[in-house]
Amino acid sequence: MRFGVVQFPGTCDERDALLACGQVGDAELLWHGDADLKGVDAVVIPGGFSYGDYLRVGAIARFSPVMSAVSAFAREGGPVLGICNGFQVLCEAGLLPGALLPNLERRFICRQLDIEVVDAGTPWTRALSAGQLLSIPAKHTTGRWYAPPALLDDVRVVFRYAHDGNPNGSTNDVAGVANAAGNVVGLMPHPEHAIDALRGSVDGLGLFASPAGALAGA
Amino acid sequence: MGTLPGVDDAVALGLTPAEYELVCDELGRPPNQVELAMFSLMWSEHCSYKHSRKLLRTLPTEGPRVVMGPGENAGAVSVGDGLVCAFKVESHNHPSAVEPFQGAATGVGGILRDIFALGARPIAVLDSLRFGEPTSERSRYLLDRAVAGIGHYGNSIGVPTIGGEVYFEGPYETNCLVNAMALGLVREDAVIRSAASGVGNAVVLFGASTGRDGIGGASVLASAEFGEDDAAKRPSVQVGDPFEEKKLLECSLELLERGLLVALQDLGAAGLTSSASEMASKGEVGIDLDVGLVPLREADMEPFEIMVSESQERMLCVCEPARVDEVLAVCAKWEVHGTAIGTVTDTGHMRILRHGELVGEVPVAALVDDCPLYDLEPERPAAGLYPPPPAVLDAGASLRDALLALIGSPNVASRLPLFQQYDWLVQSRTVRRPAEADAAVLQLPGGTGLAVSIDGNGRRVAADPYTGTVATALECAANLACVGAEPLGTTNNLNFGNPEKGHIAWQLTEAVRGLGDACRALGAPIVGGNVSLYNEGLEGPIYPTPVVGMVGELPDVTRAGRLGFAAEGDAVALVGWDASPSLAASELAKLRGEALPDGLDPIDVEHVIGVQAAVRDAVRSGAISSAHDIAEGGFLVAVAECCLAGGLGARLELVTSSAPWEQLFGERPGGFVVSGPRAALEALGERVPVDVFGTVGGSALEVGLGDERVEVGLDALRGAHGALAPLFP
Repeated sequence: MRFGVVQFPGTCDERDALLACGQVGDAELLWHGDADLKGVDAVVIPGGFSYGDYLRVGAIARFSPVMSAVSAFAREGGPVLGICNGFQVLCEAGLLPGALLPNLERRFICRQLDIEVVDAGTPWTRALSAGQLLSIPAKHTTGRWYAPPALLDDVRVVFRYAHDGNPNGSTNDVAGVANAAGNVVGLMPHPEHAIDALRGSVDGLGLFASPAGALAGA
Repeated sequence: MGTLPGVDDAVALGLTPAEYELVCDELGRPPNQVELAMFSLMWSEHCSYKHSRKLLRTLPTEGPRVVMGPGENAGAVSVGDGLVCAFKVESHNHPSAVEPFQGAATGVGGILRDIFALGARPIAVLDSLRFGEPTSERSRYLLDRAVAGIGHYGNSIGVPTIGGEVYFEGPYETNCLVNAMALGLVREDAVIRSAASGVGNAVVLFGASTGRDGIGGASVLASAEFGEDDAAKRPSVQVGDPFEEKKLLECSLELLERGLLVALQDLGAAGLTSSASEMASKGEVGIDLDVGLVPLREADMEPFEIMVSESQERMLCVCEPARVDEVLAVCAKWEVHGTAIGTVTDTGHMRILRHGELVGEVPVAALVDDCPLYDLEPERPAAGLYPPPPAVLDAGASLRDALLALIGSPNVASRLPLFQQYDWLVQSRTVRRPAEADAAVLQLPGGTGLAVSIDGNGRRVAADPYTGTVATALECAANLACVGAEPLGTTNNLNFGNPEKGHIAWQLTEAVRGLGDACRALGAPIVGGNVSLYNEGLEGPIYPTPVVGMVGELPDVTRAGRLGFAAEGDAVALVGWDASPSLAASELAKLRGEALPDGLDPIDVEHVIGVQAAVRDAVRSGAISSAHDIAEGGFLVAVAECCLAGGLGARLELVTSSAPWEQLFGERPGGFVVSGPRAALEALGERVPVDVFGTVGGSALEVGLGDERVEVGLDALRGAHGALAPLFP
């Protein structure tokens, strides 16, 4: 299993994502300027501030060469995970439904919180079970997921903030969603920062183990 | 060039008439506009340390783990496995008082550049903040915007903010303090220095383009007191762009990894003038710079403006001529401007050209070395300098009311409302987060840990500059001991008023003496730091505030200590004190509105260091469950903090004392609250004073003191401890 971790100028959590992927497989960086996924089996778009995000989060990154390759990969069913800024980029690119708005509190929040697995049927959640709670940190300024009410019934919700712990005011406490096929998943909390008990939690490992297990079983 | 500037222009730029005469002597002629601008910056307090350099020479700077001492962009200590930790604290007080968001943000940006200028990847930021009382609208504004600025920069660049401190005291009302500390990691053989060398080598400027922002920051802002027209100084504050810095950071590290550079230096205060002349001075060479080649934001900038601009996110490097194309290619990859703007020469002069035409020429030594150093004229003040704070706690308050008032005091209340605005986990090293332990702990590749703490207590230093500063350094080391770490090195930021006044000179002299004595005793040499003087507003000077940052080492990071009580039934002990604590200059005395005393109780430094060693060993052995340094608010506040951090109550039975208030709320270095199995605490008692007097458990803090009983539920404590949350609506 080989993961590719996309790096834009301004990406911050790429080493953390490499570390997480490295726990269950091999991992390498994919440069934003190259429309080449180097034959990886799964793509992770990590957190940070792609191109500074001064225009609107993810708005510039979606036009990068690497994203054209990621879009093609996603359309063919390849597993793609967007974390935080990666989630924002995938929404901007139209690969995931909805949009991310500024937190209700209008501040950056960094907090360890619990999220509930709602959909264990995606390639990124197969190793988890529905209803399972994961202790994972969230850190963002623009994490309030929103979709128009008319579209909500069709959205595949993958994670929700548990125990009234919604940190950003997202619609229906949504923390992460998938595309209809389930192969593209995005979430605001950071599973790559929950892979070692020494640093607080191991609950994020399941997301990275899921596609690795799926591939091994295929 | 038009007419030459004269002595009046020199004075307007911050030089004294005598210094202007000296410049004329150095050059053998009056300086032109470019040259005068360069001298005014390099001879400013901020760049020359002309009022503090003689004192700083008394500080201990050498030790077995020191890889780089003062003088480089940052200090560095060896942390094993061929790695070194580079670290430094710097202030951005004056800019933050004028424009807190950008002032604080660029403070973080500046200290990060100091770290990666050594070739080290920045791995952590801490900050030390001082504001007026939060009852003041201006203080709340400064706090809110400074915290937002620190978060904006640190969060955006992917460096975790893992610790820090904040205090609120009246004397910081006009002149807040924003000190930022950064740490970086680099292989020892990959450390790069800033000395330019190799005559004929190219000087390349890379990063942001150069604008008119920040002109005169070092001389106008940082080297003078505040007056009434400070809003007009806002254009002197630089504007930061963390995205540009993130690219600059990755670009710099890739340039070094590819072995393309001879020397590297960041552009900070005094911009190109300071960076280039420091590089030339250290390498004992000259540098020719053509300002006509510098990428500009505004096309019509004058040469002197280009030379003094403090535009952020710029670096200067020296490389061999044959490597320039490769250097520029790496710059292009990271989408940063890179431009060869000069050459290393053997002239020993800084020569400034514009499109080949000479517009200024100054001997490097005159700029860097020949600034006159001044002797301080310390004079111990006959009367107190600071008015007593307003009383907010009744003289007749009960012990319970006092405990709740202290736990909710802005100086003691939970810092989480600040910390949760910072990313403390990026880079996957953070083993102890803010509020989990007395010091932050990062894991290193070999399974060891790096601990770091930053501390200051201006009120106690104001009461007794020598003893207060000794206590500050000891507290920093105590915080390291609580996670099981031993200090390796120290950085410091001396925040003081106008040193040309006798009473400030006395504070500074005594504080530096205390810092030197404490760091010598601790074996924690000072590898770098910064001095911020002229911190005075219309109503007087700030509390003298030496801020001390220490980096320490843990052999086994899995045993890093915590401050919170961990297990029901654990015994609780007071460890360490060799004498009764005192209420003088304590947090309780402040809440009662008492004036500062003239002097603090002397400290037996060797005893305190022995206690720290015992606590450190106990944490490292894994025998105890928690350890917490007793600081502001005294013993009972420390116990309450252990309860809150662990979510567990405690029952204490104390021996009746003739002075219960001193016993419960007095302050004194060398005390710890430790919990764990009774046998482990008793074993600790064989080395140092240990008084086991209670048990962890329940959902309240219950204290029996003879006939008197105090009981406070955890919910009530938590409510009081959350006092800062409403400041961030």
